[in-house]
Formats: sequence, C-alpha cells, structure tokens
Amino acid sequence: MTTTLLAAFDILLSLTLLALAAAALTSAEPRRAVILFIAFGLVLALVWARLRAPDLALAEAAIGAGLSGALLLAATRRAKAHTKEGASGSPEGQP
Amino acid sequence: MTRFVSLVLLPLGLAAIGVVLIWTFYLAATGEAGARLADLALARVPETGVSNPVTSVLLNYRAYDTLLELAVLLAALLGIWSLGPAAPGFQRGGEILQGMVDWFVPLLILAAGYMLWVGAYAPGGAFQAGALLGSAGVMLALAGYPSAGLPSERLLRLLSILGILAFCLVGLVLMVLGLGFLTYPPELAKWLILLIETGATLAIGVTLAAAYLGGRPDHTSEVDAP
Repeated sequence: MTTTLLAAFDILLSLTLLALAAAALTSAEPRRAVILFIAFGLVLALVWARLRAPDLALAEAAIGAGLSGALLLAATRRAKAHTKEGASGSPEGQP
Repeated sequence: MTRFVSLVLLPLGLAAIGVVLIWTFYLAATGEAGARLADLALARVPETGVSNPVTSVLLNYRAYDTLLELAVLLAALLGIWSLGPAAPGFQRGGEILQGMVDWFVPLLILAAGYMLWVGAYAPGGAFQAGALLGSAGVMLALAGYPSAGLPSERLLRLLSILGILAFCLVGLVLMVLGLGFLTYPPELAKWLILLIETGATLAIGVTLAAAYLGGRPDHTSEVDAP
C-alpha cells in the first residue's frame, strides 16, 4: 500500500517537474518564466529528497531555487529598465 | 554562410551531442562498468576527518573540485563588478517587513553556523551555509539596506577571496610539510576541513549577496549594520 502510494507520488512529482520545465521554457514573459523556474527548483528539491540525496535537496532549494531565483528576478528587473531606456533613446538616432 | 551554419552545422552538432548522450546513457544503464570506486571511498571515510560521505568527497577526496568551484564563483563576482555601478536599491520597507527582517537575519546567520558545523556528520556544509548567509544579505537588500549588510569595500574584497585563500594556504602549508597539495594528515583533517569550510562559507555568502546587489561596490558609501 505504502509503495503504491509512494510510486504515485513519484510519478506525480516527475510529471509536475516536466510540466514546470516546459512552462518555464515556453513562457513569453521573462518574469513569469523566472517564477516558474523557482517553482521548478522547489519541486526538483523534493525529487532529490525522494532520491535520498538530502545534501543535493538542500543545495537545490537554497541555491537553485532561492538565490538563483532572486538573481534572475533582479536581472529581469534590470533588463526591463534597460530595454525601456533603449526604446526611448532610439528615436534620437541611436542605432 | 549563416544559412550554412544554421541549416547544416547546427543540426549536425546537435545530432552528434544527442548520439553521445544516448550512447553514454546506454553504457551506464546496461554496460558492465567494472570495479567502482564507491566501496573503496566509503570504506575510508573514517580517515577523512568527517563522517558525512558527501563532505568527505567534497573537501577531502575531491578538494580540488571545490577549490575550482570557489574560483568560478569569484570569477562570476568579478564579472558582475566589472559591469559598472549597482542599480539604485529598494526603498525602505514598512514596519512589518522591517520587524520580520530584524528577526530573520540573525536567525539565518545562526542557521548558517549550524549548517556549517553539522556538515561534518549530516547533510549540510559550506555551500548550503553560504547560501543561507547570502539569502540574509538578499533579505536586507530587499528591505532597503543599500549595502545589504556587507562591509566596506576593502573588507568585502578580502572576504570574497577568503575561501580560495584558506584552501590555497592549507594546500601550500601541507606541501611545505612534505605532503601533497591538499593531502590532509588524518589526525588534523577535521580541523583543516572546518577551517576551509568556514572561509568558504563566508566567501560564498558575501559573493552571493554582492552578486544580488549587482555592480561595483561603492567605496564611498558608509557601512550600515543590520
């Protein structure tokens, strides 16, 4: 009983992981993609925990999902500001 | 020329990578790989100074890899600093956010110290501890502390190389004593690993927080303690 339940949980985890990866890759908006990537990292941490690799699960949750997510969010914020500047500057004849 | 690259070279390259990956997976899944090192490595974990097999691999058997990982982090930080000054920070958080940050930052620092110590015999270690320190810095930055709790530029530079410094000093001293580079004597291994991990934790935490701020540290700004 427990094994079937765990197997079902594992299959659910794998499917969620694949779906999140596909959604993050195909998302048109960068901010949305980053948030999906953070969710992907958290589910991946659960997968590592299920594979009995708690070290990797900790590292994935802290670095993969948490800090990389924060860095990517900051990068999208900057990229947006950058493209806005570029768009307003282009009519002045800047290539 | 670009048509040639995109229509012929790129698909061919991708196909070659795919074939190599499938071949590797096939070999790993079915092939007889011969004697593996895992048993030997696991049998000698007690001699490495720590009882957590993961830490013994990261800081004893394969200390070189960890040293190079720290070098990669430092290179990334130098790249970020070379991009110019940092963007203006966030505005000061409200009362509730401020109160939460006041509680969370000390807790995160405490948890990082615990994570560093517990890495010797349970899951944990320098990278996780450094990530906790880094997230404390990110939290301070989000709450409106412009320097994210990081020290002045001179100390910041020293802290960011501390991991590599500890690694190299230990390695070189061991070489002078007639052992190999990063070949710890078993009776000292625990303390040497702890020394290196402490340096690495501080370096990783500072690097990650500084990477979140982005841009060169402003050497005129004042230190603001959390």
